[in-house]
Amino acid sequence: MIDENMRQTIEGLIKKFPCRDSAVVPSLSYIQKVKGHISENDMEDLAIILQFPEARIFSAASFYSMLKLMPKARYHIQVCTNVSCSLVETETLFDHISGKLGIGEGEITPDGLFSLESVECLGSCGYAPAMMVNSEHYENLNFKKADEIIELIIKEFTGKYP
Amino acid sequence: MEEIKRSGLRGRGGAGFPTGMKWSFAKADPKFPKYLLCNADEGEPGTFKDRPILEKNPHLLIEGMVISGYVLGSEYGYIYLRGEYPAAADILNAAIKQAYEANYLGDNINGKGVKFHLAVHQGAGAYICGEETALIESIEGKKGQPRNKPPFPVNVGAWSMPTIVNNVETLSNLPYIIEIGGEAYSNIGSKECPGPKLFCVSGHVKKPGVYELPMGTNLKDIIYIHAGGIRDGGKLKAVIPGGISTPVLPADAIDCAMDFVAMPKAGSMLGSGAVIVMDDSVCMVRVAYRALKFFEHESCGKCVPCREGTDWLRKVLARVEKGKGKDGDIELLSDIAEIMMGRTFCPLGDGAAGVVMGMIKHFKNEFEEHIKNGRCALSC
Repeated sequence: MIDENMRQTIEGLIKKFPCRDSAVVPSLSYIQKVKGHISENDMEDLAIILQFPEARIFSAASFYSMLKLMPKARYHIQVCTNVSCSLVETETLFDHISGKLGIGEGEITPDGLFSLESVECLGSCGYAPAMMVNSEHYENLNFKKADEIIELIIKEFTGKYP
Repeated sequence: MEEIKRSGLRGRGGAGFPTGMKWSFAKADPKFPKYLLCNADEGEPGTFKDRPILEKNPHLLIEGMVISGYVLGSEYGYIYLRGEYPAAADILNAAIKQAYEANYLGDNINGKGVKFHLAVHQGAGAYICGEETALIESIEGKKGQPRNKPPFPVNVGAWSMPTIVNNVETLSNLPYIIEIGGEAYSNIGSKECPGPKLFCVSGHVKKPGVYELPMGTNLKDIIYIHAGGIRDGGKLKAVIPGGISTPVLPADAIDCAMDFVAMPKAGSMLGSGAVIVMDDSVCMVRVAYRALKFFEHESCGKCVPCREGTDWLRKVLARVEKGKGKDGDIELLSDIAEIMMGRTFCPLGDGAAGVVMGMIKHFKNEFEEHIKNGRCALSC
């Protein structure tokens, strides 16, 4: 459900552009930012606000790789495995994190804290290997640094080291 | 306009189209309003040159866009920012707010009667939106799939109006051109493509990073002088000179000028100036496979040669890479790439085909070894 508050923000996004169509992707990104993912209900509501067929909203939502139609974990880890990064061993970094968290590509830890995904270029090629945790870039990584980042998050959440 | 033409500035996004010429097309179109879009969908793997401008010097870009708006008679500008740069979005929005407060943006800029409004539109993860017509589709709220050309965006672009799409780096060159004049600017770098250029060096070099150098700087100098040479005492094996979509160059072919004219003669392209350096520990079959995995993922699915071609290239490369290749696979790869070349809607398919062709041309022996021995000679 999109509440009144969110509706007003979306109306604000519409005003930025010459026509309402352009607000589709920004609105979807905004819904995801607030709710973590975009549900079918949200798309129905957005269709009413934007005065579009639902199909058009769904077509955009399913096209862009950063828009998530399924719930994801509180911390979504994206490891770049593209050429510049894999030259400096990110595929092993991905495996390392995967092993540490006990989850594979696209999976979520049972406690819902982490999800893991290998992604295409994050624009950190000169500072590879790189990953993103939610909207934060982490660059020049190695196994130890990645462990530290993950442990810090766990510590913050459970109040103890794993 | 004349000053921009005199400067000889060429688009920095990858195609190298003369900026002044592009602008004169849009200006000549009698339709209003005209739109100015900044392409900040920097997604070409190996490229990270626009991020420092967006994050460290956003006002340079804003100034460039105001100048362009003034020249073109465009009153509305949008920055199409890739979704993967959330930090840059916050910085740009803050900078735009400052510019409005200082009256460098608005209905009557500094009381000079010039109107220009600017906003950020953030993408949501689609490499293809770096292609200008896909970018326009995306900003109109549709799937980012390229349009047929003609009509070109300069006549029928965003919201069916004349639209200029320029790269971040291109627009950021404008304040400097206006400051020193087109003629002085044209004396920097090489004659046919003047000006400074941001080169981003990644991979096996001692000092990876973004380097601003005159256009036409020798690729060898970029790697050995500016980026400090190959790291860990390795030996240079190959270089991808302009982002992953440009054909690879073997180590003995890197003595060439990096500009839009000289690179095609050397057998590759300048692209976005993203130099990916690989030492002798790298398996080229693996790089080709990884590149095609990317293209297959990012192909928008609109045209058949690209959608099917990238998929088949990836599948065949995957089995060759795993040592399960069959006799005739190299010919099959060349065949698929040739069918794709020049027959796709947008340059994504050409790029994918060019990568495979380049790899086979220069490193055929590695593909043969994989197929013959069932494994990689580098044991990776």
